[in-house]
Amino acid sequence: MVIDTRLCIGCGDCVVACKTENRVPDGLNRDWVVEATRGRYPQLTTEFRSERCNHCSHATCVHACPTGASHYWGDSNIVLVAPEKCTGCKACIAACPYDARLILHPDGYIDKCTFCAHRVARGLDPACVAGCPTHCMHFGRTDDPASAVSRLLASRSHKVLLPETGNEPNVFYLG
Amino acid sequence: MVEEILVTLRANEKVDPTLAIWGWEVPLYLYLGGLAAGLMVFAALTVLQRRDEQAPFAASRAVLWAPVVLSVGMAALFLDLEHRLYVYRFYTAFEPSSPMSWGSWFLVLVYPASIALALAGLRGGYPVLAALLTRAPGGAALLDLAERYRRPLAVANVALGVCLGIYTGILLSAFSARPFWNTGLLGPLFLVSGLSTAAALIVLAARHHHAEKTLFTRIDIGLILTEALLVALLLVNLATGTRPQIEALQAIFGGGHTVSFWVFFALLGLLVPLVLEVLELRGVCLWFVAAPVLVLLGGFVLRQVTVDLGQQSAWHRYEQGYDAALIERLREVGR
Repeated sequence: MVIDTRLCIGCGDCVVACKTENRVPDGLNRDWVVEATRGRYPQLTTEFRSERCNHCSHATCVHACPTGASHYWGDSNIVLVAPEKCTGCKACIAACPYDARLILHPDGYIDKCTFCAHRVARGLDPACVAGCPTHCMHFGRTDDPASAVSRLLASRSHKVLLPETGNEPNVFYLG
Repeated sequence: MVEEILVTLRANEKVDPTLAIWGWEVPLYLYLGGLAAGLMVFAALTVLQRRDEQAPFAASRAVLWAPVVLSVGMAALFLDLEHRLYVYRFYTAFEPSSPMSWGSWFLVLVYPASIALALAGLRGGYPVLAALLTRAPGGAALLDLAERYRRPLAVANVALGVCLGIYTGILLSAFSARPFWNTGLLGPLFLVSGLSTAAALIVLAARHHHAEKTLFTRIDIGLILTEALLVALLLVNLATGTRPQIEALQAIFGGGHTVSFWVFFALLGLLVPLVLEVLELRGVCLWFVAAPVLVLLGGFVLRQVTVDLGQQSAWHRYEQGYDAALIERLREVGR
C-alpha cells in the first residue's frame, strides 16, 4: 500500500470506510489517522498519515504466534488471523512494534487490518483505498515493476514507519 | 521538534496510551514456572549427589510440588487467554519461531518427568500417598519402576528444569517490539530467580531439619548474589542500549516503577533476605521465616515489574489527541 501524504487531508474517511466494510466493533478501529507536526512555530510542517497494520515482510506477530493463527495470505505479504486457531494469548499484540492489532474481537479472537483480503480476492481495492476522497491511497503488488504502486515508489521519495525494527513494513508513505 | 497526534483515536484502552494486555496472570505463570523449575533442579541434584539424608525434603518431597505449582501457573495462564475454548490449539501446531509454542510442547515433557521423579521418592517422602497408590492396580509396579530409574530421571529433571527456568525469561526477551524485554539477560535472570525462590521454599519446608535448612540457606545466599549481579548487568545492558531501551529504563529511575523495583524487589526481595540469611548462618537467630518469605515475594515482584515495564516500553508513542496546551507552548517557543 502506498499513501501520498501530500494529498492526505486527514479527513478520516479511510477509518469510516474500514469500520463500515469490516463491521469493526464499537470502540475499536483497524486503521487511524496521525497528524505529525515538525519544526518550530511559525515554521511548521504538517503531515497526515493514515496508519494500519503494515503487513510486514518480516512480521514479528506471525513469528510470535504459537498456534499458526497469524499467517500470511497465500504468497502475499498480507497478514491475517485465523479466528478458529487463535487462543487470544495476545503474544502477537506484544510482538507488534506498531501496536496495530486490536485487543480483542467480541467473538474472542485477536483482530486487525486484513488489507480487505476478501475484496482483494475479487480484484477490488481495500475499502480504505476505494473510499479515499483525495485518491491519496494506492494498492497493488510491489514485486510487479509495472504496477501503479511500483511506479510511484520508483518516482517519488518515500518512507516506511520504524524501519529500524527490521520488520520490513509494506505500507509506504510518499513525501 | 516532532509532535505526532492521533487524529482519529484508536480508542483501545489495552493498547493506548501504553500496552496493557497482561495483568497479574502472566507474571504469576512466569513466577510459578520458575519456582517449579527450581524445585525440579534441586530435587534432582540432591538425588544425583546422594544427599538424601542431609536434605530429605529436597530429595523426596520437593519435586512433587513442581507439577502442583506449575499447574497453578498454567491455570493463571488459562485465565489470561481471551479465546479459552481454543486452548487446545496450542497442541495442534508447532511453530518453531514462537517461544510460546516451544514452551507449550516443553511442558508436555516437564509434567511426566517431574511426576516420575516424585514417584521415585514417594515411598520415602510421602508414605501415605505411596500406600494409597500401592492399593491401586499397578501402583506398586509403577513405584518400583520409577525407583529403578531414579538417577536417569534426576538427570532429565536437571536438564528440563534449567530449560524451563530459562524459558520463562526467553518468553519475554523474544519480543523485540518491547525494548525493556529485549535483552538476553532475562533468561538467566529468571532462571536464577526461580532457583532462589525454590531454595527459599525448601528452607521454609525444612525449617525443622537443621542440616537441610543450613544447606539451602547457603545455596540461596549464592543465588541472591548471582541474581543481584544479573540485575546490575541487565540495567547496564539497557542503559547502554537503544534509545527506546534507555527511555524504558526511566520508569525505575524516578518513574512510576521506582518504588516497586528498588524498594519491593531490590531492597526487600534481595538485600534484606541476603542480610538475614547471612546472620542466620552466623547464629544470629532472627525471625528466620522472614528471609525465605521475602525471597518468595521478591521473585513475584520481579516478574510483575518486568511484565509491566515491558508493556510500557515501545518503539513509538502518539499524543492521545489534540493538545491545546501544546500549541500554546509552541507559540511561546517561537516568540
